[in-house]
Amino acid sequence: MPTNRTYGTKLPGMPRDPFPGKLIVLEGADGSGRTTEVDLLREWLEVEGHPVVDTGLRRSSLLSEQIEEAKKGNTLSATTLALLYAADFADQLENKIIPSLSAGSTVLADRYVYTLMARAIVRGASRSWAEKLYGFALVPDLTIFLDAKTDILLHRAIAKYGSLDYWESGMDLCLSRDRFESFYRYQSLLRAEFGVMENRYGFHRVDANRTPTGVHRETRDLVAPLFHPEGRRRR
Amino acid sequence: MAAEAVPALPEGTTPSGSRLAGRLLVFEGLDGSGKSTQARLLVKWLQARGYRVFFTEWNSSELISDTIRRGKKKNLLTPTTFSLLHATDFADRLERHVIPPLRAGYVVICDRYAYTAFVRDAARGCDPDWVRSLYGFAPKPDKVFYFRVPVATSLARKLASRQKISYYEAGMDLGLADDLIECYEKFQSRLKREYERLVPTDGFVVIDADKPVETVLNQVRREVRPLLTGFPKAEALVHADE
Repeated sequence: MPTNRTYGTKLPGMPRDPFPGKLIVLEGADGSGRTTEVDLLREWLEVEGHPVVDTGLRRSSLLSEQIEEAKKGNTLSATTLALLYAADFADQLENKIIPSLSAGSTVLADRYVYTLMARAIVRGASRSWAEKLYGFALVPDLTIFLDAKTDILLHRAIAKYGSLDYWESGMDLCLSRDRFESFYRYQSLLRAEFGVMENRYGFHRVDANRTPTGVHRETRDLVAPLFHPEGRRRR
Repeated sequence: MAAEAVPALPEGTTPSGSRLAGRLLVFEGLDGSGKSTQARLLVKWLQARGYRVFFTEWNSSELISDTIRRGKKKNLLTPTTFSLLHATDFADRLERHVIPPLRAGYVVICDRYAYTAFVRDAARGCDPDWVRSLYGFAPKPDKVFYFRVPVATSLARKLASRQKISYYEAGMDLGLADDLIECYEKFQSRLKREYERLVPTDGFVVIDADKPVETVLNQVRREVRPLLTGFPKAEALVHADE
């Protein structure tokens, strides 16, 4: 599958030829071990001799400050926030992801448009609107969905931060004034939305209720065929 | 124990999810087409006749004007990010300044609306269907006035006003010409072409902007009058409240 396919609209000025680089996406909630797995994959790929560029949401130079400001104020609607995130994502896509893929690097995306879509949809945006909005996103070569049960996420969040984050608890949705309950309900909504997208976008679900070692073994097996299409595996 | 009932919304306003109580009138056209002048004159006329009027122009909202300005200054924007940032700006402005007065039953007059984005982003090479879908959240206006003007007139008025023509305004990011004014002219021609394309599909009321101000004024008023038949005036709303 060539990597210059998008879900909907093409970006003006997109190269016609397939990119030499691969786009690998890791999705999963906070506490699913996603970032740990990105680090492990990166290390492994580099040892194998593949140049890796990693990218995540909210890292563009154009807008990251703006988004932090907007979140502090917490007065933006679901629509406005979805558009703001889309602008930020487009900036990263055009200025980081596409140039890296064109140069032949493997791009490891720590979250992708699926998270942005899920967040918008659970906040009331229509699915078709969100899909069209993010239609300019490149279709990844592989999307791995690290799926962990909500109660496991809950325990990991408490163990790691000692508290539950306002946004990760979806407090802006007013599901409950109680943060513990809000976290549980919000993360369950997101997980259900990822369940819908899993089939729609062909995610590879990896059971993330395990230790990082088990998760890494499975993701490595998913990633390896991208680089050795004939099934030939180096020892 | 019965929960206390939520107070009902006042009469003449829009409950959530139903048709908007107010009227939405939009003025579109190239720079220098006289649309802003006419929009302001209409505001005065409606106010004098006792209507509750809210006027808004799409230049910039509080939210991301800094980012747009910074991005423009450093020429960091691509057609896609340019389009999305303006859509964000529009959504924020719409939700703060347009929807509430519409639900409250005002006549809302917009100097530029989503159509400005449709033509500008299409002229920059964005997929028109994609751009239109971005603005799917925007309510459809009751009337759109399109001020048709020759590009030469628009350019002459712009130059006569001695306003500085900005890089993006001239479409310099598209590299249509090296010279700013020449590029501006070419970009405006593209915008005009896109506007003309929307005339039949979006049911624009075409205003010949080369006509004298009074003639145009009368045409606009003639179009607006039927929309306001039976529409409550400010006083009536106050009385209904008592």
